Amino acid sequence: MTPLDSTDPLLQEQFVPSASSVLRARILNHTGLLFGLVVVGLLVLVALFAPFIAPHDPYAQDLTMRMKPPVFMGGTMEHLLGTDHLGRDYLSRLIYGARVSLLIGFIAAVISGVIGTALGVAAGYFGGRVDAVVTFLINVRLAMPVVLVALAVVAILGGSLQVVIGVLGLLLWDRFAVVMRSSTQQVRRREYVAAAQAIGASTPRVILSEIMPNIVNNLIVIVTLEMAHAILLEAALSFLGLGVQPPTPSWGLMVAEGKNMMLFEPWLVLIPGAVLFVLVLAINLMGDGLRDVTAPDNRN
Amino acid sequence: MSEESLLSVQNLRIDIPTASGTLKAVRGINFDLKRGETLCIVGESGSGKSLTSLALMGLLAPQIKTSADQMDFDRIDLRGASKSTMRSLRGARMAMIFQEPMTSLNPAYTIGDQLIEARMLHPNKGRAEAKNRAIELLEKVGITAAASRLSQYPHQLSGGLRQRVMIAMALMCEPELIIADEPTTALDVTIQSQILRLLVDLGREMNTAMILITHDLGVVARVADKVAVMYAGELVETGPVADVFERSSHPYTRGLLRCIPLPGVTKRGAQLGTIPGIVPSLVGDVSGCVFRTRCEHVTAACRGEIPAHTSGKHSFRCVHSDGRLESAERTA
Amino acid sequence: MLHFILKRLGLAILVAFTVSFISFSLMFLSGDPAAALAGETASGEDIEAIRVLYGFDRPMLVQYSEWLAGAVQGDFGESYYFKLPVAGLIGERLTVTMTLGVYAISFALLVAVPLGVIAAIRPNSLIDRFALFLSVAGQAMPSFWFGLILIVVFAIKLQWLPPSGANSFKHFIMPTIVLGYYAMPAIMRLTRAGMLDVLSSDYIRTARAKGASEMRVLFKHALRNAIIPVVSLAAVQMGFMLGGSIVVESIFALHGAGYLAWESIARNDLPTVQALILIFSMFYIVFTLIADVLNAWLDPRMRSS
Repeated sequence: MTPLDSTDPLLQEQFVPSASSVLRARILNHTGLLFGLVVVGLLVLVALFAPFIAPHDPYAQDLTMRMKPPVFMGGTMEHLLGTDHLGRDYLSRLIYGARVSLLIGFIAAVISGVIGTALGVAAGYFGGRVDAVVTFLINVRLAMPVVLVALAVVAILGGSLQVVIGVLGLLLWDRFAVVMRSSTQQVRRREYVAAAQAIGASTPRVILSEIMPNIVNNLIVIVTLEMAHAILLEAALSFLGLGVQPPTPSWGLMVAEGKNMMLFEPWLVLIPGAVLFVLVLAINLMGDGLRDVTAPDNRN
Repeated sequence: MSEESLLSVQNLRIDIPTASGTLKAVRGINFDLKRGETLCIVGESGSGKSLTSLALMGLLAPQIKTSADQMDFDRIDLRGASKSTMRSLRGARMAMIFQEPMTSLNPAYTIGDQLIEARMLHPNKGRAEAKNRAIELLEKVGITAAASRLSQYPHQLSGGLRQRVMIAMALMCEPELIIADEPTTALDVTIQSQILRLLVDLGREMNTAMILITHDLGVVARVADKVAVMYAGELVETGPVADVFERSSHPYTRGLLRCIPLPGVTKRGAQLGTIPGIVPSLVGDVSGCVFRTRCEHVTAACRGEIPAHTSGKHSFRCVHSDGRLESAERTA
Repeated sequence: MLHFILKRLGLAILVAFTVSFISFSLMFLSGDPAAALAGETASGEDIEAIRVLYGFDRPMLVQYSEWLAGAVQGDFGESYYFKLPVAGLIGERLTVTMTLGVYAISFALLVAVPLGVIAAIRPNSLIDRFALFLSVAGQAMPSFWFGLILIVVFAIKLQWLPPSGANSFKHFIMPTIVLGYYAMPAIMRLTRAGMLDVLSSDYIRTARAKGASEMRVLFKHALRNAIIPVVSLAAVQMGFMLGGSIVVESIFALHGAGYLAWESIARNDLPTVQALILIFSMFYIVFTLIADVLNAWLDPRMRSS
């Protein structure tokens, strides 16, 4: 007498979607992440294919064609966004400027990422004195006024792409260290039991190959955020004249160059700043989006 | 329901919207309570006991839908009651004691502040009187050096002390109804009975009606006037405590009683019982007897309408008019 | 509590020493400070003379300890450019920067905290999304660009506010906005996250069960707990603002310490730069110390441990 069968509605299991379809759904639903990916992707393509996209050579000066307005303010199709004070095509400089920002941002983020992750993971994994030293170093780095020190170093060593990248790379590792440290601590607590059960002779490298996969998604998020940070800093340094040097096209530098004429030709200041804003916004959205999508507890 | 009832609940339903559909957490429960009476709601975790108490107090999240044919407190209809009505009731006439004393007190304010606030939120006779009452109640709940405790912070007290403070806080306005949701579950076994006895004694002393939610049948046997056995959102058996314990009719109730050793009832050396099976999914179509997935007397009829059987104040719902009592006794 | 403060103080002093050493040694980055000072056209003898005059021929550690000894007493040497004591130069500019900083953080708090609270009360609503968008956009906006736009709009087109100078309160409005907006996203997010967290805790449920009104629950019970980390964040942000003041002050021609920093760097005025780096970091250290103390004091659980 067992009238209980598998068709009984009380026994129906609730539908549990697979992990990958959950992830895909989250990504597709996250407008911020999608916007960020698309815009950053576009700008990366622009930067990569700059020589093919840019109508002119960004360094080519033509003093007879100085200060021409953009096409929507009465200019010619030859120079869609007009020319700057040295007759260089504005649009081309803008396009090549993407290279500068993205290159500096990326490399600086990678350098600081390597430094910060190494310090943070070491501190989180080994604890004790290593942790105390790293925490102290982080506090020292946090106490230093980044803009001021960066300006000073560039002033002493001379402004160039390499110097700016180096300075930013050596200064922006703090958030990496902090986040990697706490992530490592959390993972270590979690995996430690399993690791301890593994062969007692497990080398730290084995542990690292267990810890690293777990903190990689945090790492990616921080890389994007620090990349945005580096791009903004480079722009500020170049704006103040102590970053990338002319004639290299940097958006920050273009804003500085346009500053004196912004009353009559506001686009000189508006356009490069706007592009900067959009790029940094997209990177931030991407980073935030990645964090939302990969975090176990969503904002919702 | 008679006029004397302080609390009358008819056909209470609680629906929770989820990603996979509406979770019918509570489906049509009835109970009532007279002044000074103690009702124990018994059931396992997830049976809907806490939701019911929160629904009475109006403390459920706004997305959760509560509906009932009747939900009256002293003839005040709680169903559509305005926010200000509920606020005037909460703490003053209906008080609640929660399960987790460690986190139920605000860490940023002193015990005294929070106790006094409980009184000052409602018609009061001034701060001095509130303070005196706080001291008086702290002493009543067995906290020594009450006056100096007022300036202590929650983190300076143990779990047991914090729960005593919660009890005192619930009593600050002399409420007519206290709902205690598993007040001792999170405490050390050694002090559970102390706290419980304290709660019950104070309730009796002030003629306060009490709804005590618990999964501990031993407690129920000692303190309840009436019992309501809840399973997966339904009340499967209700009645005076003697009836429900000595003439338990629903298979689930009997199953619960088999699980715990009762002095004088359980034979020495006999095996403690278990209730096999899993808790059912309450999303979607939920009809028929909800216990059928774990009942040893299940029949095809259990998927349909389940009649209620009532004798006096004791009632239960089962297709079997005696809950298969005879055959169960034979196999025990 | 006292023990906690002393320990933090000791750590802070250690950090300050390290920063001072690093900032001092920056001078030697170029290899030869005497050569840098002398300029490109100087002869070997000139460079040597400068080296002896400024004491660059001595071992670095000796130079450092001399400088440090002076710094501790408030003597940072003489500016190469102004030929005046650095301490005095900085001192008079510091009030401008401090004023700006206080205005900026107050502005940030006044906007970000209420926004964060409202966003937490209505999560995923229109205003929540708006607040979050604002915070993401705020973090992406280059401050120098923002400043220039404000100048063009408010000082030139509308002529409501003066574009530069520091004579009246009006002069501070735009700089305050530009310096303050950058701190807003973090404050807003922390307030929002803290409130969301606190609002779901048991003691909030207890407060409601006692019959407290929503307003009371929000402000007396929830915010009081949620605001604790925000206070220390605000103090930390104030420390960061000093760096941001360099850009802001130069755009708006506010003659504060940040402006002086930029000028000194451009002029290779080493003593001033070194002193400023040290002072900026001291301020940051002090602010974070205050933040830690406030944090501990506001949370009774930390106060008595």
